[in-house]
Amino acid sequence: MFSQILKNDRGGQIMLVVLAAVLIVVPILNLAVAETSALHIPTYLVTLMGKYLTYALLAVAVDLVWGYLGILSLGHGAFFALGGYAMGMYLMRQIGDRGVYGNPELPDFMVFLNWKELPWFWQGFDQFWFALLMVLFVPGLLAFVFGWLAFRSRVTGVYLSIITQAMTYALMWAFLRNEMGFGGNNGLTDFKDILGFSLQADQTRVALFICSGLALALGYLLCRYVMNSKLGRITVAIRDAESRTRFVGYKVENYKVWIFTLSAILAGVAGALYVPQVGIINPSEFSPLNSIEIVIWVAVGGRATLYGAVLGAILVNYAKTVFTGLMPESWLFMLGALFVLVTLYLPQGLAGLWQPLKTKLGHKPEVAA
Amino acid sequence: MSEGEGAHFYREGALDTSHKAILYLEGLNVSFDGFKAINDLNLYIDAGELRCIIGPNGAGKTTMMDIITGKTKPDSGKAFFGQTIDLLKLSEPEIANAGIGRKFQKPTVFESHSVAENLELAMKGDKRVWFSLRAKLDHEQKALIEETLETIGLTAQYHQQAGALSHGQKQWLEIGMLLVQKPYLLLVDEPVAGMTHQEMERTAELLKSLAGKHSVVVVEHDMEFVRSIANKVTVLHQGSVLAEGSMDEVQQNPRVVEVYLGV
Repeated sequence: MFSQILKNDRGGQIMLVVLAAVLIVVPILNLAVAETSALHIPTYLVTLMGKYLTYALLAVAVDLVWGYLGILSLGHGAFFALGGYAMGMYLMRQIGDRGVYGNPELPDFMVFLNWKELPWFWQGFDQFWFALLMVLFVPGLLAFVFGWLAFRSRVTGVYLSIITQAMTYALMWAFLRNEMGFGGNNGLTDFKDILGFSLQADQTRVALFICSGLALALGYLLCRYVMNSKLGRITVAIRDAESRTRFVGYKVENYKVWIFTLSAILAGVAGALYVPQVGIINPSEFSPLNSIEIVIWVAVGGRATLYGAVLGAILVNYAKTVFTGLMPESWLFMLGALFVLVTLYLPQGLAGLWQPLKTKLGHKPEVAA
Repeated sequence: MSEGEGAHFYREGALDTSHKAILYLEGLNVSFDGFKAINDLNLYIDAGELRCIIGPNGAGKTTMMDIITGKTKPDSGKAFFGQTIDLLKLSEPEIANAGIGRKFQKPTVFESHSVAENLELAMKGDKRVWFSLRAKLDHEQKALIEETLETIGLTAQYHQQAGALSHGQKQWLEIGMLLVQKPYLLLVDEPVAGMTHQEMERTAELLKSLAGKHSVVVVEHDMEFVRSIANKVTVLHQGSVLAEGSMDEVQQNPRVVEVYLGV
């Protein structure tokens, strides 16, 4: 079945093989190799890589709507953050009476605000399955409603980008308010454990890293499966010639809404895996800048390839880690310069470097038959 | 339709051409910012007919196509497809699925898909999202694609990316995309614009072979081409019908000569 999905996707095959190798080797080097050995990978690095993997999944989600559907979303950080908050709420409830105030029911910030009982929307988050469901449902619902309203009124192009940006900006301000009940400016943090396992333990860290890798692999395969289907061909047709697609009888709005919703759900899953690894979720995740950064990852890696998004997310974030360490002030300028350079000289991103090679190897375009 | 013999029964949503005409446009008016693009337009197209529509720039030809296909809603008037289908109540995809296909003035194909995939996407069938996810071509559909490629002369280009086709080939592919939609009515906007003489002749053959099985409405500027295919010509001027008849009749009409052919 995998071979069917990955047929004609050499980049994806390579990416997944490398990913599988990393998912096997890194845990061994962390858990089974002695700390004194040169081969030992420290836990903070495992977590850092886990974070990159969640970013890669987020980038795949953005590539789905930008690369294949032609919708430049500048608000995908919102879906990522919502997934993260859903997970964060579960982790808060897991703290129980080990908080500073020792209240078994209420998270610390609620005690601090003199709240007497848990708000209705915090109910159920003590159950892991419920939190997981919300990780999928909340970003999905927002994307569905937003998409339904925007696409039905035929908002396209730069206007749509602007309202996606406005959406995430508005959510940022909403989540900053203490009255919203999500911890305001500080967000949710001081997590203790997940499913009874301590978040500080190496084993838990490695497990989260593996989960992130598996989520990336499954998300990738799902996107590839959808894009290989007729639905995928219609998606690309909408990108290339929207009104033509309408005149051959497709309800373009419905297609856009479903692809947008699928993408938002993937972004939510990425956010949910991100939060336990970094240990905090706060309103800055909704910041418009975050969403723009995701778009840059995809542009650097190469649009409409999926594996390009993975590559771009990991490379740009690695560069970010390195350069914010060396020269913190310069990073934003470098990011901007990177975007300009890629747009000018590498419009198809890093994956574009690979295309001429592919034609040389006699790759044939996919065919209907 | 087949049950048109003797008494016929009214069926909601089904095309009913029992009164001969397939398209009724009556008393249509459209204005854009005060400019009357369509002015009390009345036009009837018979089932199986090949009709050419000519007229100077700004006569309202494209606006008329936009109304028929649901892109533009008129200020007043009626547009019916057969006896029963009110086009003004339907969206573009609904009209397409009811059986009206449209070829744009500028050839519009799905450039990053192969020629065969273009036909696959245009093909009549269930066009809902969830169905598309599982849809596979069956033998009948593959045969239809091959047959259509034969008709439009693109069999050798089966796997070729549509964006790499020549201008004329794109025009034919777009006609092919209309054919696999199995429409009852084809609206063809300037099919030979930018074509060589040879390509033009082939296109004329193609359109003539379609009439009878389908009703075809062709909007065209090229008089020689219109003469080569048309039985009946309608001249539009300032958003309404100026004259109607055979090419010869129309060309001798003094009003037509005055506004359009009076070179």
